[in-house]
Amino acid sequence: MTQAPPRLTTLLDECKQLAFDLNFTYAKQWKSESENRILVGYLPIYVPREIIHASNGLAVGILGAGDRKQIIKGDAYYQSYICHLPRGVIEMALDDNLNNFDGFLFPSICDCVRNLSGMFKLAKKGKFTRYFDYPQNFQKNIGGTFYRELIETIMNDMFKINGVKITNEALNNSIALYNRNRQLIEEMYAIRQEFPWRLSAVDAYHVMRAGMVVNVEKHNLMLEEIVQLISHDFGESLDNIRVVISGSFCEQPPIGMIKSIEMAGCYIVDDDLMLGSRWIIGDIDAHTNDGLNSIVDAFLTQSAPSSAIYDVGNPKGARLVTQVKMRNADGVIFCAASFCDPALLDRPDLQKACDNAGIAHINFQFHENTGQFKVIKEQAGTFSDSIKLWV
Amino acid sequence: MSNPKDAIKEKSMVIQKEMLANLFTELSTAKENGKKVVYTFVPGNLTELILALDMLPVYPEINALQSGMRKRSGSYIKDAEKLGFSEDVCTYVKCDIGMMLNGNIGPTGEKLPDPDLLLLSYTGCFTFLKWFENLERLYPGVEIAMLHTPYQEDGVITDDQINYMVKQLKEEVIPKMEKVAGKKLDYDRLEKMLGNAAKAEELWVKVLETAKHRPSPIDSYFAGVYYMGPLNTAFRGTEEAVSYYEELYKEVNERMEQNLCPVTPEGEMKEEKFRLVVEGPPNWTNFREFWKIFYDMGAVIVASTYTKVGGLYDQGFRHDPLKPLETLSRYCMGCYTNLNLPQRVDLIEHYIKEYKADGFLINSIKSCNSFSAGQLLMMREIEQRCEVPVGFIESDLVDPRYFSYANIKNRLESYFQMLEQRKIIMSQEEAHV
Ligand code: SF4
Ligand code: SF4
Repeated sequence: MTQAPPRLTTLLDECKQLAFDLNFTYAKQWKSESENRILVGYLPIYVPREIIHASNGLAVGILGAGDRKQIIKGDAYYQSYICHLPRGVIEMALDDNLNNFDGFLFPSICDCVRNLSGMFKLAKKGKFTRYFDYPQNFQKNIGGTFYRELIETIMNDMFKINGVKITNEALNNSIALYNRNRQLIEEMYAIRQEFPWRLSAVDAYHVMRAGMVVNVEKHNLMLEEIVQLISHDFGESLDNIRVVISGSFCEQPPIGMIKSIEMAGCYIVDDDLMLGSRWIIGDIDAHTNDGLNSIVDAFLTQSAPSSAIYDVGNPKGARLVTQVKMRNADGVIFCAASFCDPALLDRPDLQKACDNAGIAHINFQFHENTGQFKVIKEQAGTFSDSIKLWV
Repeated sequence: MSNPKDAIKEKSMVIQKEMLANLFTELSTAKENGKKVVYTFVPGNLTELILALDMLPVYPEINALQSGMRKRSGSYIKDAEKLGFSEDVCTYVKCDIGMMLNGNIGPTGEKLPDPDLLLLSYTGCFTFLKWFENLERLYPGVEIAMLHTPYQEDGVITDDQINYMVKQLKEEVIPKMEKVAGKKLDYDRLEKMLGNAAKAEELWVKVLETAKHRPSPIDSYFAGVYYMGPLNTAFRGTEEAVSYYEELYKEVNERMEQNLCPVTPEGEMKEEKFRLVVEGPPNWTNFREFWKIFYDMGAVIVASTYTKVGGLYDQGFRHDPLKPLETLSRYCMGCYTNLNLPQRVDLIEHYIKEYKADGFLINSIKSCNSFSAGQLLMMREIEQRCEVPVGFIESDLVDPRYFSYANIKNRLESYFQMLEQRKIIMSQEEAHV
């Protein structure tokens, strides 16, 4: 078997650099290159980035400090029984990593993120700070109307900063770019599903995470190349099982942990690590005379299953089982941040759905700065061995 | 402290006890009598709607806290953990699920009826959503209605938010409730109940405000959690609740006029040494011991945020019978945990000043992110703005593993010493002026 193409290695190195640049150098540089550009930071999981793009802005994903920054001040803001992500975010805010950002959006996924939005308000960070309280009602005339008004409020916040009025043409253009982005991501996942050895889980993670901090045009170019490069055969298949990772949609596991899972014999063929980039399933209509309406409709009817969405009537357990089958996976690794209520409160029900469908599973809890992976590696290894033995 | 035997059972206490006994009797016979049962939450509850449709409410949070007080919560929590719930998540949820797994036996020893409707009016806490998603699966086929309450993210209630809520009520929540109740909502009856609610709220505020008097005749936290019961649960909107608050206000007012200190489980406090404002829920598993640490030191809680989880009436909100659905929406959005952090800090600052408090204390709850995330910043803000000693203790609502008596007592003793010293310094300064 041949080696990975050198161009792929170069691109992956670039993604790696971008993914963990906690100073957001690329984004800040991008902003400085032209007038009226703005940076809008957002926390997991999802915001409609199309709106920010159409307003001459760059939506920058803030995913915590991981194991890349020593947390000193952040710990003084949070009790030990609160997940790790917000303390890293506060540390970054206090350490000027987020200087030059114009606004911040905090999607309504849990009370930690919600209250963090208030902490940003108290600390007077950014020109606007919004808790992005998307509807939990999915009727067009109820939740849809409310969602549209919410987005318009943010459009207005951005307009006040750069004076850019979003035209429908601009919005359709942004929608098309993000459609392409999601298509390419899905292509990358589809190739990895069949040939997971061509792009390791860690590399795929870097590619996805880089997409949170660069403009979509650049990310699309990178993805086009990566997808093309991994479409050709190279590398060698290992006798690994295939797993789906569930529960890591907000605080991100350290790279060492993703690596350990793969090294223990588990190809990660799907995950919810960068769920925000894949939140909308399929395309958003980019050819209407009301692009905002298309974005609203997509949220109401094409949102991915998530712990942050009221799921009665469309249970996520069943959706997880479908995902496992679609990816031809052997099992699920439930991998949630410690103290993460949304992920952990969903876990028993998701596990039950797996049990009923005969899908094997194990679970871990982690902190973004966990440094010890021995136990996790052992657990994943045993999981892999047990599946190999029975399948 | 007077002898516990001398402690008079106040009339209001007797009334409340009777109200609760009647409710539990009704609940125990609900199925035989064809009464529909609605499980719902305290913050943002829609009690008037439930009662106007002749249904009976059950509040899983109250069940959980009562399980805590009856020392059952520890084993319930462990049972839920065996089912796969993590040690890290909200213990109210686990306690409720554990109680269900153990036959759903209520405080009177009788089984609580299964729900006919889960009414998820989800205010001020994301976990509520998860809680009822779980219950929906544990009671297969149960009807569920969801009312999404937007957060006061910008510190105000907007027209868009009200319209969103009113539409949900009109088009989804009320039709679902009517379906379960098997009858149409009688708006005249609802309006009458909202009028009663407003009367009770007016009286409740008067009760709370007696704590501005020195000495305060009430403890707004430890006793406050009992006083707030009828208004926050199954009785808001009823004549009984109005009578209860009339009686309570009469008693408290009399105490105030006689310059009496609060009544505690061990009788009446003899001296008010420290006036405190408290943020955060209490611990329920060791409630009495916890309270005792305070009254033994002569500390009275003159205002607390926890007693506002069911509504912020002291800041002016009253249910308005003339705008029934709008008023219910505003009510839901106005509960304490639906305020943003700057609003919460402003409110605490206001309490410290209005109630002339000597200090501010946070009881941070391990399993409640809604309250706890951000409290350390709130504490710093208050320290800067009000220049009063601030204290910080940690416990849990119903998980006995997280109540360390010795630790809490030590911390509180040091805190009270700090308050004592400050008092001495301040009186010396005053003497110099
Ligand atoms: S890790 Fe979980 S609890 Fe923490 S901020 Fe994210 S969603 Fe909220
Ligand atoms: S997290 Fe707090 S507010 Fe939410 S259900 Fe649990 S105890 Fe109640």
